[in-house]
Amino acid sequence: MTRKYGLKDGLSRFFINNAVPIIFIIFIAFAIPISGFSGPYLIQELFIRVGRDSFLVLSLLLPIMAGMGINFGMVLGAMSGQIAIILVLNWGVPGIGGLFLAMAVATPMAVLLGWFSGVVLNKAKGREMVTSMMLGFFISGIYQLIVLYFMGKLIPIHNPVLVLSRGYGIRNALSLLTMRLSLDNLIPLKIAGISIPVATYVMIGLLCLFIWWFGKTKLGHDMRAVGQDMGVSEDSGIKVERTRILAIILSTVLACYGQIVYLQNIGTLNTYNGADQTATFAAAALLIGGASVVSASIPNVFIGVVLFHLMFLVSPMAGKNLMGSAMIGEYFRVFVSYGVIALALALYAWKRLKERERARRSLRGGKES
Amino acid sequence: MLRLRQFIDRAGWPRIIIGLVLLSLFVVAPSVGVRIDASLMDTIIRFGMNGVMVLAMIPMVQAGCGLNFGLPLGIIAGLLGATMSIELGLTGVAGFAGAIGMAIPLACLFGWGYGVLLNHVKGDEMMIATYVGFSSVSFMSIMWMVLPYHSPTMIWGYSGQGLRTTISVDGFWSKILDNFLAIRIGPNFMIPTGTILFFALMAWLMWAFFHTKTGTAMTAVGSNPDYARASGISVDRMRTTSVILSTVYGAIGILLYEQSYGFISLYNGPFFMALPAVAAVLIGGASVNKANITNVVIGTILFQGILTMTPSVINAAIHTDAAEVVRLIVSNGMIVYALTRATRKSR
Repeated sequence: MTRKYGLKDGLSRFFINNAVPIIFIIFIAFAIPISGFSGPYLIQELFIRVGRDSFLVLSLLLPIMAGMGINFGMVLGAMSGQIAIILVLNWGVPGIGGLFLAMAVATPMAVLLGWFSGVVLNKAKGREMVTSMMLGFFISGIYQLIVLYFMGKLIPIHNPVLVLSRGYGIRNALSLLTMRLSLDNLIPLKIAGISIPVATYVMIGLLCLFIWWFGKTKLGHDMRAVGQDMGVSEDSGIKVERTRILAIILSTVLACYGQIVYLQNIGTLNTYNGADQTATFAAAALLIGGASVVSASIPNVFIGVVLFHLMFLVSPMAGKNLMGSAMIGEYFRVFVSYGVIALALALYAWKRLKERERARRSLRGGKES
Repeated sequence: MLRLRQFIDRAGWPRIIIGLVLLSLFVVAPSVGVRIDASLMDTIIRFGMNGVMVLAMIPMVQAGCGLNFGLPLGIIAGLLGATMSIELGLTGVAGFAGAIGMAIPLACLFGWGYGVLLNHVKGDEMMIATYVGFSSVSFMSIMWMVLPYHSPTMIWGYSGQGLRTTISVDGFWSKILDNFLAIRIGPNFMIPTGTILFFALMAWLMWAFFHTKTGTAMTAVGSNPDYARASGISVDRMRTTSVILSTVYGAIGILLYEQSYGFISLYNGPFFMALPAVAAVLIGGASVNKANITNVVIGTILFQGILTMTPSVINAAIHTDAAEVVRLIVSNGMIVYALTRATRKSR
């Protein structure tokens, strides 16, 4: 079966395995000059956006390690983060203290939702991704029920700025003026006119260290084993279901922190349609970075976030300068986010099908064609 | 007692709960001042509007391709048919027939490509179908802006190019089937006979198809691909056929919806249209790998009944408009339930 790959073969394998990032690099290389943005502007924007989004994308890594694919159910975490932010705004705790209080309040919610999500996904082995996505839609309905109808009625909200004029329910958009940039500007640093949100990057660095360290622990090894083969892991004494639930809980909690970090940077909370998109954009970013449904690494996250946001930044302007309409660029980037997920999923599923066929053929003793 | 338990096992708790909720809503309705006849009429009209799109779920489920989350692709074919029919200035029966006539070849083409793609990704169909649906909707958003339509009823007035987000079909083929042989009883009750008949025709065609040789072969592919292959059926061809059929039904379904609704929604309109159809067939008792026409009829009546009754009753009772939220929770909750209950096929 095994044979040496020549240089040409190796090169073509490299291109096939990294098709998605390469296509994006080529696209962006064309789009940046057309958009007419200056270098320093793009670098400044990238620093802000990488700080804003990396945390969310990193939260997708553990379930992939446990063989559960992309956890579209990360929106459950994002929603618990948003509820916590609303509560903290209601209590009027400002600044970095409020931010950490929000994290503390959100953690039990995220753990509970993560556990629920893990239990549900254990009943849907083999179709985790589509189930986690539908679960996200389902919980988003519950979230709206709580925020739009319970808050101000069953859950007391004192701050009139938050509540709709009808007396209950939270407004469409909330300003996080008191918490805005509180983490980003905690340690101010400016290099050559470009400000860098040091504290946010320190947090992201710590998270990367945690994920790297986690991979080396017993639990991390168990997770990988479960991701490889559930049957074998069960036989060798790993509690498969428990490990899978833990992976989802961790992912949900991290997504919840990620959403809080994201919101303090954005500065406004889009109460009703902010969270749904989170998973799509995070998954698209990760896949653009060259990850697949079964393997994703920390470099994939950062390459992906940079490429994804470059595309996001330049495509409206490029669309305007090329086609005369910014809306086209706007629709284009939405199309690309969905399209890239479809493409990456299809490429992976196709590759797996081919491998299975090859395995079957070699079992029969036939020659590889 | 035993028979009751058997019934519960067969129907499943969610279905029973939804049925009971619907029943109790109808019981409560008069006491909060909601007219039963008007609600019944709404339910029937919505049943007619959505029925064919729910029928579209059957072929793919039967052929083992899972629930068709990629329904927006078929809807787009329908939208293209509708807009082209208006662009050509066709009105009345000719307009509606023209829209269907133009939509079907497009749906066949899209469905063929979609089917070939799904054949390459066996086992992961539903996930990829979802994103095929999403990306085709966002791709068409660009197309609606740049395609060379000229009809002044459809394009933006001030810029003179690009289609509007909602286009009225008034004066073209609005309610053309709803009003055909419509039976009016009193001021508050009407049966849209034409739409119901059209649904019945489509359901009969689907039923007849599954009793032909091809249809039987398709079911065989769904229930046991290896056996089907051994008896000389081309699995891939059957699956592609089922996807094409599903896409065509989606295209016709959206046209039926539009003539009753009176508007064509472009851009983000078709985005989440697959989910209500999926939820309806599941509520009717279908699973990820089995569905029939009874499931469609029962499911659509139950689901659309809940959708009509909850907002009016809740609104009248406690003065809130929780309709959208209830729809999200019921439809998506049902889909999650079905996904976790599905008997896994041996790979």
